[in-house]
Amino acid sequence: MPKTVVLARKPLSFSERTYLPQIATGLKTTLSNMFKPNVTLQYPEEKPSIPQNYRGVPTLVKDPNGREKCVSCQLCEFVCPPKAIRITPGSVPEDDDSREHVEKAPEEFEINMLRCIYCGYCQEVCPEEAIFLQDEYSTSGYSREEMINNKEKLYELGGTVPDPHYKWDKKKNAEDEGNSH
Amino acid sequence: MISTNKGETVSIVLDGEEVEVPAGINLVDAAALFKKEIPHYCYHPQLSVAGNCRMCLIEMGTPMRDRGTGEPVLNDDGTQKIGWVPKPVIGCATTVSPGMHVKTISEKVTDCREGIMEFLLVNHPLDCPICDQAGECRLQEFATDYGRGYSRYVERKNVKPKRTRLGPRVTLDDERCILCSRCIRFSQEVAKDDVLGFVDRGSYSTLSCFPGRELENNYSLNTVDICPVGALTSTDFRFKMRVWFLKELPSICAESSAGCNIMVSSREGEIHRITPRRNDDVNDSWMTDSGRLLYKQVRSDNRLLTPQVKQTESALDVAISSAFESFNGKKLAIVGSCHSTLEELYLLNHLSKATKAKKYLRGHFGEDDGILLSADRSPNLRGTLLSGFTNEYPKKDLSKLNDDLKKGVVDAVLVVNEDLLDSGVEGESLLGVPVTYLGTHQNTTSNLAEIVIPTLTSFEKKGTFINRSFIAQGFASTVPSPGGLLPLTQILCRLLSLSDEESKITADFSLIWKNLSSPPKSPFKGMTFTDAQRGSLQIDGSKWNNLSFVEKKALHFEPQSSVLSSK
Repeated sequence: MPKTVVLARKPLSFSERTYLPQIATGLKTTLSNMFKPNVTLQYPEEKPSIPQNYRGVPTLVKDPNGREKCVSCQLCEFVCPPKAIRITPGSVPEDDDSREHVEKAPEEFEINMLRCIYCGYCQEVCPEEAIFLQDEYSTSGYSREEMINNKEKLYELGGTVPDPHYKWDKKKNAEDEGNSH
Repeated sequence: MISTNKGETVSIVLDGEEVEVPAGINLVDAAALFKKEIPHYCYHPQLSVAGNCRMCLIEMGTPMRDRGTGEPVLNDDGTQKIGWVPKPVIGCATTVSPGMHVKTISEKVTDCREGIMEFLLVNHPLDCPICDQAGECRLQEFATDYGRGYSRYVERKNVKPKRTRLGPRVTLDDERCILCSRCIRFSQEVAKDDVLGFVDRGSYSTLSCFPGRELENNYSLNTVDICPVGALTSTDFRFKMRVWFLKELPSICAESSAGCNIMVSSREGEIHRITPRRNDDVNDSWMTDSGRLLYKQVRSDNRLLTPQVKQTESALDVAISSAFESFNGKKLAIVGSCHSTLEELYLLNHLSKATKAKKYLRGHFGEDDGILLSADRSPNLRGTLLSGFTNEYPKKDLSKLNDDLKKGVVDAVLVVNEDLLDSGVEGESLLGVPVTYLGTHQNTTSNLAEIVIPTLTSFEKKGTFINRSFIAQGFASTVPSPGGLLPLTQILCRLLSLSDEESKITADFSLIWKNLSSPPKSPFKGMTFTDAQRGSLQIDGSKWNNLSFVEKKALHFEPQSSVLSSK
């Protein structure tokens, strides 16, 4: 068993016994903060700026041409740990000119925000870079149904993000210029 | 294709291990017997060998002998020297021969596979996210095993048509096709409908139907099953569900007396597709397109879901007891069905004994296509004979019941899944006759029936069907039944206990099979339901050789009458 060692307390010096230097240091800190800019945010009127890698509400995004990027491969539905995602796949008609070379797109895409745990697996697994957890973090609703984000809501939340690939344009170019058969 | 051999075996050395394999098989199958996979695309065990994908390249050699003297050439350590063929050979087109040495895995073999994979993937569109084959794709599987992981191909990839319609049920994605020709060989050899072929050369080569023809035979969807990649897709299943969500359970097709073995794929209780399951005694690896559509009846609009007494919904218990009261003490006619399982027919037979009822049965007949759609369009006609429900071959209608109703020989009817008005029974004859209908779907009989008790489809219940070759095939339920419904076996047991209070029969399958196999001359001697479920259980049907079965000679089926006449 370890032995208890009693240490002798050092006696206070004269200036320490007056307490004045300590009071002066404290007042200095207080006074300096009075003239610093305000850091308090008037939430919810004011909102903080969210860092780039923040994991907020999952959203669906469109490419700069306004085409939906999701092809309903259902990998996010498969990987989602709390099973919050539910997709109804659908096919794109061949004569849809605005979506040339796109064959498949979701008919319905639902994310249940009561189930979502903001893990970001859906964003990680997406082969088409169509789902992103963006800066929106506060969701509320009066009923359970309101807390299920449907496809329309997800695209509204997601908006458009810069696209480094332009996959469908590449396909079109290949057909127009390249080895089209 | 595996050539027939008479039980002979040869000894080969597979990866340094001496093994006995059946004579006449090729190296892909021989290796598979010892759980060694030789990757292949174009080879299919039930089709001819084409040898065009080159994926199954392996190293082969034979023990060396001196050409002059015929003496074995020995290594320094005294073992016989192996003369390896300098270039790799394809396993699918190499038949085993005695003393053959094979390397299924070596540096050279792996090198070959990597090279072949790179060539196959040169023009592959890599659209796995939207490809229905993803998850069960041989190209994906072998790309993870032998793929490079990145592409060295800098040129622009080929662009080919992505949704060519080959027929009413098959859509072709040309970009994904690896030109293995399995579909062409299937159409020629199994479906006997030669409609597919390759046109153009080199990277322009594409699969196409012959001019003016379509892939529209009743076996077209088998080409989708055997396609090793996602090139041929089923128009019905296309983009509906990813395969990794599907739960696959074995069952038996109820379309005709061929009794195809099937795999039912469902997600959360909803069936999405039906595919054939290999059984070399019954259906090889094939099934009809029409049989694949049967799953649609499970959730069809006219499905009966609630018991009804006098056109009003009621509880199941009430419906069963009112059914009993409606025919109790009357001259009952029981109309059985060749669509019922063996166990249901057995119980129905007991019910007819307990209620002293007359038994009626009709058959459903159509055209025989000589492959897997037999003329008898009911799965269990032979089960009606074996269960003791009848001893005669059923006619195509129920005119006898109509006569008996008119004569007043019967004045109550219990129908199992048959449409009386469709079977030659006149509506007038049924006036004032209480009809109890036990069936899955609405029809004219269920509309006029006093009591309707819904039953389950073959996907939701368990049972046994006996196919045209007298093979008993047991199956279990593949999807949950609609809420509140009972299988027909249990409904019949309840009716049985109401009619005969001393009846000891329950819906326990092991008990039913015990009773079926207990008579001294029973064809089921020593068999159990588990045996029937495990696989092909051949029943001796020679007792019924004198009946004129309608089936014609077909895949794995020889009509008994022709067998007898040839003797």
